[in-house]
Amino acid sequence: MYAIKTEKLTKYYGKHRGITDVDLSVEMGDFFGFIGPNGAGKSTAIRTLLGLISASSGKAEVLGIDVNKNTTEILKNVGYLPSDTEFYSGMRVKDIISFSARLRRKDCKKEADELCERFDLDPSRKVDELSLGNRKKVGIVCALQHKPSLYVLDEPTSGLDPLIQREFYSVLKERNEDGATVFLSSHILPEIGRYCKHAAIIREGRILACDSVEKLGNTGVKRVTLRGFCGELGLLHVKDVKRENDTVNFLYGGEPSSLLKELSNLEFKDINITDPDLEEIFMHYYVKEEEK
Amino acid sequence: MTLLLHELKRNKLSLAIWSAIIAFMLSVTVIIYPEMSSEMESISDMMANMGAFSDAFGMDKLNFGEFIGYFGVECGNVLGLGGAFFAAIVGVSALAKEEKEHTAEFLLTHPVTRTSIVLQKLASVYLQIIALNAVVVAAVSLSIIVIGEEVPVKTISLLLLAYFLLQIEIASITFGISAFLKNGGFAVGLGISVLFYFMNIIANLTEDAEFLKYITPFGYTEGGDIVSNSAINGKYLAIGMAFAAAAIIAGFAKYRKKDIS
Repeated sequence: MYAIKTEKLTKYYGKHRGITDVDLSVEMGDFFGFIGPNGAGKSTAIRTLLGLISASSGKAEVLGIDVNKNTTEILKNVGYLPSDTEFYSGMRVKDIISFSARLRRKDCKKEADELCERFDLDPSRKVDELSLGNRKKVGIVCALQHKPSLYVLDEPTSGLDPLIQREFYSVLKERNEDGATVFLSSHILPEIGRYCKHAAIIREGRILACDSVEKLGNTGVKRVTLRGFCGELGLLHVKDVKRENDTVNFLYGGEPSSLLKELSNLEFKDINITDPDLEEIFMHYYVKEEEK
Repeated sequence: MTLLLHELKRNKLSLAIWSAIIAFMLSVTVIIYPEMSSEMESISDMMANMGAFSDAFGMDKLNFGEFIGYFGVECGNVLGLGGAFFAAIVGVSALAKEEKEHTAEFLLTHPVTRTSIVLQKLASVYLQIIALNAVVVAAVSLSIIVIGEEVPVKTISLLLLAYFLLQIEIASITFGISAFLKNGGFAVGLGISVLFYFMNIIANLTEDAEFLKYITPFGYTEGGDIVSNSAINGKYLAIGMAFAAAAIIAGFAKYRKKDIS
């Protein structure tokens, strides 16, 4: 059984594209990253999975349950953190957290207290007085306190300071090690690279690539940096050329042997050839799609 | 039940203010009656000579010289309009406010069915109307005891019941509408109440527009008709309750499939 499985999932808002033919398979126990810039369709896909919006066509199952048939059963086992966390004005943090637990008919007091302490969240404060980061923490406690089997987190770290981000991922890793599935959307690529086992890249509502983070990195592209180089590159299969003083770096998409042969004709003082980071891989998929 | 209690808790201040204002104004109206009763004969004559104006507000069928005539008109002004505004605001806010304040996403990602959300919110709207009317009934009863006036209990009860049903109808209609809205709808709610109120005035002015009585809930709360017939017009009431039921069913059907953005 998959934690999340979609087949040709499509959502249009009138004539406007939300997502098109999205095929996703997230295995139970996975730590899955959903990468894409703002407006790519990440939130639309997530909202469709949680029954907030209904798909125009296609199929979606969460925890083996059809999202159109029994959303309530799905939501019992899901902890969801929206990208914009909004709460009922005038309520205190502890009241929001307790209201969320009561809607789940669960006593999560002990877990909630622990999470508040770990995230340095004052439960006695009114939600209206909270900063964006602290409101996010309230959302995180509401999503985590009932220990669900699937975490669906939409841009979870936006607004959080680096220390809390680290604590947040350490809680997620603990939950993941206990068997829970984590599905998180983000446009912050280093965090996906650092924590996720698998990832999918979405652009303009379509999935461009979906694989293990490791395999996604095997694009055949190398990041080449030449120092002490002032001439013209004149190489084929070169992208994303950046020059700074006598240093030039670029992505090379051709055969490694050809690269070495062509580099031997150039004059430079130092060379560094590395695998591109996730951000560059992401750009690679985007550029590749644009070239089609 | 959790959501119902949450709704009641969130609306308790607004309910307390509306109930206190309406109950206070009705009580004042009742309490000043003994002082005004001596002048009521002349007021009654004056009303009778005001033609279309008194027709419009249904004062042509009421005797201002009697407590029930006086109460019928004042009750229409205070409880009729005040109650209609309260019911409209409570009804129209129930579902749309969640989307306006972006809390719908929080609520709907908890394991609560949309059917249950609609039912609990509707129950909260009705309970608030019941609470407001309970306060009003208590205040009016107390005021009548204070002034020591002998009153036709049945007619007064029918008047209060008619206004209670009017509030239920308006709340139900605006509740149904709120399922279709995304941005609150405060103005829509008030607009509908005012529209219904003026429909009744127009229907009172000309026989050609009498059909409007079938549309507006103010048709069956007409003090003159209730006092003279000792009954609420069953035809108008039945149609009004049918409108209320239709609005709730439409709202329910819409909300079950609604995209929450």
